Amino acid sequence: MRKVWDIHGGIHPQQNKSQSNQHAIVSAGIPDQLIFPLSQHIGAPAAPIVEVGQRVLKGQTLAAAKGFVSVPVHASTSGEVIAIEQRVIPHPSGMTAPCIIVKPDGRDEWITLSGIGDFTTVEKSVLLKRIGDSGIAGMGGAGFPSAVKLSTRDDHNIETLIINGTECEPYITADDLLMRERADEIIEGSKILRHLINPAKEVLIGVEDNKPEAIAALQQAAEGSGIDIVPFPTKYPSGGEKQLIEILTGKEVPCGGLPADVGIVCQNIGTTVAIYRAVKFGEPLISRITTVTGYACKEQRNFEVLLGSPVSFLLDQCGFSQEDCTRLIMGGPMMGFTLENSDVPVVKTTNCLLAPTREEFPPPPPAQACIRCGMCAEACPVSLLPQQLYWFARGKEYEKLEAHNLMDCIECGACSFSCPSNIPLVQYYRASKADIRQQKQDNIKSDQSKLRFEARQQRLEREAIEKEAKRKARREKAHAASNDGSGKVDAVQAAIERARAKKEGQLSDPAQAAIEKAMARRSGTEATAPRDKASLEQAVASAEKRLASASEKLASAEQEGADTAAAFRVAVDKMTAKLEQAKTALTGFVEAPVTNTDSDPAQAAIARAMANRQTQENLSEGDKLEQTIASLEKRLLKARDKLTTAEAAGDDNASIMADAVTKLEGKLADANNQRANKA
Amino acid sequence: MALLKITSPHAHGPMSTARVMQLVMLATVPGVITLSYFFGLGVISNIIFACIVALLAESLVLILRKKPLQFYLGDCSALVTAILLGIAMPPGSPWWLIMVGVGFAILIAKHIYGGMGYNPFNPAMVGYVVLLISYPLEMTHWAAPLGSFEGSTPGLIDAFSALLFGHESVDAVTMATPLDLLKQNNSLLIDDLWLQNPQFGRWAGLGWEWANLAFLAGGLFLLSQRVFTWHAPISMLISLTIMSLFFYDNGSSASGGSPLFHLLSGATMFGAFFIVTDPVTSAVSNKGRIIYGASIGVLLYLIRSWGNYPDAIAFSVLLMNFAAPLLDYYTQPRTYGHQKKARNEGDGK
Ligand code: SF4
Ligand code: SF4
Repeated sequence: MRKVWDIHGGIHPQQNKSQSNQHAIVSAGIPDQLIFPLSQHIGAPAAPIVEVGQRVLKGQTLAAAKGFVSVPVHASTSGEVIAIEQRVIPHPSGMTAPCIIVKPDGRDEWITLSGIGDFTTVEKSVLLKRIGDSGIAGMGGAGFPSAVKLSTRDDHNIETLIINGTECEPYITADDLLMRERADEIIEGSKILRHLINPAKEVLIGVEDNKPEAIAALQQAAEGSGIDIVPFPTKYPSGGEKQLIEILTGKEVPCGGLPADVGIVCQNIGTTVAIYRAVKFGEPLISRITTVTGYACKEQRNFEVLLGSPVSFLLDQCGFSQEDCTRLIMGGPMMGFTLENSDVPVVKTTNCLLAPTREEFPPPPPAQACIRCGMCAEACPVSLLPQQLYWFARGKEYEKLEAHNLMDCIECGACSFSCPSNIPLVQYYRASKADIRQQKQDNIKSDQSKLRFEARQQRLEREAIEKEAKRKARREKAHAASNDGSGKVDAVQAAIERARAKKEGQLSDPAQAAIEKAMARRSGTEATAPRDKASLEQAVASAEKRLASASEKLASAEQEGADTAAAFRVAVDKMTAKLEQAKTALTGFVEAPVTNTDSDPAQAAIARAMANRQTQENLSEGDKLEQTIASLEKRLLKARDKLTTAEAAGDDNASIMADAVTKLEGKLADANNQRANKA
Repeated sequence: MALLKITSPHAHGPMSTARVMQLVMLATVPGVITLSYFFGLGVISNIIFACIVALLAESLVLILRKKPLQFYLGDCSALVTAILLGIAMPPGSPWWLIMVGVGFAILIAKHIYGGMGYNPFNPAMVGYVVLLISYPLEMTHWAAPLGSFEGSTPGLIDAFSALLFGHESVDAVTMATPLDLLKQNNSLLIDDLWLQNPQFGRWAGLGWEWANLAFLAGGLFLLSQRVFTWHAPISMLISLTIMSLFFYDNGSSASGGSPLFHLLSGATMFGAFFIVTDPVTSAVSNKGRIIYGASIGVLLYLIRSWGNYPDAIAFSVLLMNFAAPLLDYYTQPRTYGHQKKARNEGDGK
């Protein structure tokens, strides 16, 4: 037999699996209403592409994937979309989220499906697209989009593909039954995955030794396929991805890294079957196996249930007694979360509904003081010191928490389970983790707002200086005007000089300014816009490359639940936008290539400005004045216009515009004065 | 019934703090029986009176601190402290001695520091050391073991009259313990010393060797129940063995005594499995506990051989209680997926 490794810690809670693994899987049937949350996976929620009132078929896409790390949602039976609204979704917080509600018509009509006959003959990208389009996300619990997980980077040398059939949580037997009954599909799915990943060394299916029937079935199905079934001793939490990797290969996934970094890709049993069905038959992910158990149900068993079915629909089929049930858990007793009502739907990650009685899971007794017995540290699979973490969490000593690697805690609950003082340790860790994440985000935000504040401060200062200068200039001007009776001074020249005095850096000659501006614009366009097709294409290619690498980073970050995921997502969005831009530029270029420099708008503007200046220089003084007045009047009109719209819009710039208007009014009055004087 | 909103995990293991304490109490039974057989029922009277004092003292504090009595008394930690101190004291100690010791342990060593789980020093050992320093005479007044003299050990009546009226009223036979004798010896070869003093017994002292074996049995029982890990007690015993081997000197008159003698005499096993393993005051990581236990073993030998006191479990343990936070700081285990243990400036307690 193959060598297996042992993980640190771990516990042996009561299995309680025999209640539900005695019966074969049965179909749960079609409920009255199906609820499809848009987000049943890690990543961006899907975007609805159906409308209320629309008839949909079984397998039809209801909502499309949005972004790289996202999967679509499909109708699990035919019927009518009756609403797209907020509903309570299965989430520890009991929050609501957008859902598409479908009323089944009972006809269960499929869309036309097309399978891929021989997957070895098609491109890998086609297979990956098929997996992504089928809405497949990790069905073991996390719900990470499978296609993303399977798109390994070229620099990752994958040696081992691991199919996770551990199912280490007590009570849950969904994967157990799946392995017993559909071992062939699992092996076929593994072959597809093997083809996709092309692991250099081996394909392993890890199963805890408390599932002898499943192991036997798999072994039989795997005969001659080169896929290894590896049984290993039962211990919670062997089924955690990192833990299973350690058990089967002795390797540890580096902190902050991916299994691929140590040459491993891991997939869940249920996901493997879903991938098989998606590739072979073209079936999207519309149903899953869910265990319904706990003694508040008369009958405990596994269902093949349409995604979107309300939890109550399953419970009712099991003789669920609301009176006996004290808590309703989605997931297992170690990591599952409680539901506040049974209207929430079964989603892609729902492996178990646990309805225990009070006797089964009595309410937790009050916590006693930590006696530092170390039983928690003995149990921790990642070798943390839970008692120290608890101590620091209570003191809100976030730095120490991080130094003690709180962020590596997988929230498996082994420590709380073992604690003789009944301290809800994991609860403290969750809260502290959330606090630390929040703090980090706040830090980023406060840094940003500090920058913004400083920039604003600088702008205000600059404006104050400018205003002061303007006021001074106006005073001088008024002074000059009062001495202006003689009319000896060249009024226009004076105005120009005054204007020069007004603002440092501001160009006195509007014509010159126009030229400079146009030139600047031109050189700017020249600098930013690639002039030939080749460079445009290059830009698109590089943007694509960057987007791909960013998406990958985002994927790994999200898979890790890293704090940086949000930042990556923003980056990905930005890059997508850039790519779009580059693409439009390219198409624009192809449609209307800019080859003639004469038609260059910047060049034209320069020419125009130069011509203007020329004419202006040729004009007589009086004409010049007339022209000045006319142009001033025009500008004033425009400025007033702008001011009213800005004021209507409540724009911040309104005050600046008001300033500009006053200035123009002053100038116009000046010029008029001059004309009057002249006349 | 309304559905509870509780975070995971929902399942809980069979262990509870009260159960841990009860198991510890249960594990002392063989040792207590052996001690009573050899030294009379004075051990029993010690324990009973110590428990009464402990419960009263604990209740007093709880009332003062306005905490629910039943909940906190229910963890049995005060009883464990009392039993351990009762065992450690000379059998048939007078009531006031016990009262001072237990009172100090519970009121000062435990509750002044914040109560259960917060005390940096082992309360029973603090109580013991206070008594040893304040009443050295009473505290070294050990009854002679059965078989080393004519007659029988003190019975129940004798024990309680000793408790109430002190030793003067009872005609108890007392004798120096083997550890005292060995310490005072500087002229005889070990073998001769053994021959001359019947209380040396077969290996390590009449009565003592059996009591130690009985405490060892209790300790192994606790290990099997996973009440504590092997790290601290076993490393302590190993380091004590190594130390005594090193200084054994083939049994000359300057010999420090054989490893077997050290392992089975005095409070070695009692200390290793019932005092060193006290979770609250020891190091937390396994590596830390190995260092903690081994250091106690070394200190124990050093004080036994060259210190002022013949037995030194209490001093060694208290000294290492001081060092426990430091050990915690330097022995953080390596977390999964990390190359080295993480540590930074903000770390240290
Ligand atoms: S198991 Fe509980 S009581 Fe024991 S050290 Fe850990 S947190 Fe403290
Ligand atoms: S919940 Fe965290 S600290 Fe507790 S045992 Fe699991 S990984 Fe360790």
